[in-house]
Amino acid sequence: MAVEGTWEIITGNHAAAIAAKLARVKVVPAYPITPQTTIVEYIASFIESGHMDAEYIRVESEHSAMAAAIGASAAGVRAFTATASQGLLLMSEVLHWAAGSRLPIGMAVVNRAVGPPWNIHVDHQDTMSQRDTGWLQVYISSNQEVLDTILMMYKVAEHPDVLLPFMVCLDGFVLSHTYMPVNIPRQEEVDEFLPEYSPPHWKLDPENPITFGNLALPDEYQEMRWSMDLSMRRALDLIEDVAEEFFQKFGRYHGGATWKYKVEDADYVIVTAGTMASEAEVAVDELREEGMKVGLLKVRAFRPFPHRDVAEVLQDRKGVVVIDRSIAFSSGGPLGIEIRSSLYNRAGSPPIANYVTGLGGRDITYRDIIKMTKDGIGRITSDRLRRPYYWYKLKPEYEKIELSEEVRI
Amino acid sequence: MTLTIHDLRKESGSYLPGSAACPGCGATLAFRIASRVLGPNTVYVVPASCFSVIQSPFPKSAISAPLYNIAFPAAAATASGVYRAYKMLGKDINVVVWAGDGGTVDIGIQALSGAAERGEDIIYVCYDNEAYMNTGIQRSGATPLKAWTKTTPTGKREMPKDMPMIVAAHRVPYVATASVGYPFDLANKFEKAKRIRGFRYIHIFSTCPPGWNSPVSKTAEVAKLAVDTYFWPLYEIENGKLRITVKPRKRPLKEFLELQDRFRGLSEEEIEELERIVMEKWNFLLHLEKSERVF
Repeated sequence: MAVEGTWEIITGNHAAAIAAKLARVKVVPAYPITPQTTIVEYIASFIESGHMDAEYIRVESEHSAMAAAIGASAAGVRAFTATASQGLLLMSEVLHWAAGSRLPIGMAVVNRAVGPPWNIHVDHQDTMSQRDTGWLQVYISSNQEVLDTILMMYKVAEHPDVLLPFMVCLDGFVLSHTYMPVNIPRQEEVDEFLPEYSPPHWKLDPENPITFGNLALPDEYQEMRWSMDLSMRRALDLIEDVAEEFFQKFGRYHGGATWKYKVEDADYVIVTAGTMASEAEVAVDELREEGMKVGLLKVRAFRPFPHRDVAEVLQDRKGVVVIDRSIAFSSGGPLGIEIRSSLYNRAGSPPIANYVTGLGGRDITYRDIIKMTKDGIGRITSDRLRRPYYWYKLKPEYEKIELSEEVRI
Repeated sequence: MTLTIHDLRKESGSYLPGSAACPGCGATLAFRIASRVLGPNTVYVVPASCFSVIQSPFPKSAISAPLYNIAFPAAAATASGVYRAYKMLGKDINVVVWAGDGGTVDIGIQALSGAAERGEDIIYVCYDNEAYMNTGIQRSGATPLKAWTKTTPTGKREMPKDMPMIVAAHRVPYVATASVGYPFDLANKFEKAKRIRGFRYIHIFSTCPPGWNSPVSKTAEVAKLAVDTYFWPLYEIENGKLRITVKPRKRPLKEFLELQDRFRGLSEEEIEELERIVMEKWNFLLHLEKSERVF
């Protein structure tokens, strides 16, 4: 029986802060960066007004924010922080450290372009470039999904089979500063769903002293990395299970590692992530109005990557259009690369048109997604799919240069 | 209350036999004494440093207290997180950073400064062997003027950072210098630091025989001469008030320098220059000692 909470009209950042409060995180190291800042501001006000019982550490950098979260988590409590863009990149060293230490830290990353030049608007370059740090990454399309996913991901991350940190990635401004109705679950219900964190294997404890992280030589190291990979893969099923459990308790389902829209009978499937997926939903409806059988596969979990799920949905389609909001220079969109990897060596693997677009906040609406989808389908059906990826929505004079470049594959 | 050898003998400390330290390592001497005073209710956070190796490789450990290794620049921030978690859990545990000079005065200074400014309830220890010794003797911001390292093959041309004073300028409740040549002074500074709440900083002069090319049998002697020649004065700053804790009869700086090859080949003029710098610092400390508050 689903339990109704209270409805509020709030921003994505407010939703993330409320999620941290509902998860009863005990330590929050905080450092401001646009467009994340209001998350840590909300949390400061929750704590100082007595609505949240947590230690708030006003650190002097994002590197220290993550290092402090690591210390808190290693001492045995649930920790949370938030960042964006340059802040995430400054953390990079300790992102690896958090995952290697198997600490289920939670973090909201408000996706923002990377400098130079300075740009505070959305793209996914920041988080996609950190895909191999050992963090679970989920991309989000609504403020409700922000709140719900942070609660769900603590449950996944803290599972003894996983014990890896997680990022919930929400698009800068598009979600972070946009007001939407969000149902706030009751604290008692959240407490039942997400009990207090208790490290199953080790913590920094004088009663049971352990040296953690000392030198591991070549005969020990590789298995440690393997176990992280294994845990990451095991997290895939858990994401589905926890989403199901969340649905049973709260009556909301945003998908597991993926979310599918009208894919059953689709000839062509659009694959994308984040808020572009909400736009893509509208695009699918419009294209179906025009008589094209198109569906949507929204990738929520980029890490772990749901290869099997993706392959099962996309296999035997006439074509796939993957839309990325970041660029792996000279190689394509990070999502496009993964989708290819899911389908290669499989019978019935469809042609893939990969588009890189929307960088630095260039607005991508359902109209753009319709255009890319039609362009992709056109290339696939007329044998003009010659490049591993295409740039979309370049200014015309740049577009001209791009199209005149000889492409060597 | 003053700790004596009888008090120290009663405690076993957190340092086990069989570590991977070099012969004559000053850092291990410091850790042995410090951990005896701090006791078993202590958690150590260690950034990249010689101590990352000294503790010995997985799956063994030469440290019997809980110890967390962290990336080079992050020790003070990680210790802040550990302390805050214990605070939330209602646990009273000593949280100690055990860092080298590179991890303190160079790459770790930002996190250290942040933790000091916030007044985190931790003890930050810098065991200072005056260069990047774990990577094989490269100069750091703590390397003394004119000292040879592999990146200053003709001697360092800059003065080292005065790190204890930099920390003291954060107006933390306790800052002390110590030397492994004065073990009871060192022990008593830990004893005092343990009883104070807030950010505490202890900077230990720590002989490095392979890095300084000093005789392995003379670690204590070199560290004692550093104090007796006023090269490394021993003082503490408690709530802003400075006190020189050891005032030995001045010995010629040359006696300290000539025990280590890193200062080999200095001319008489250069030694005089160093002697002048040392006396300037000593007289400055005597002057500061008369002030009500240093910071």
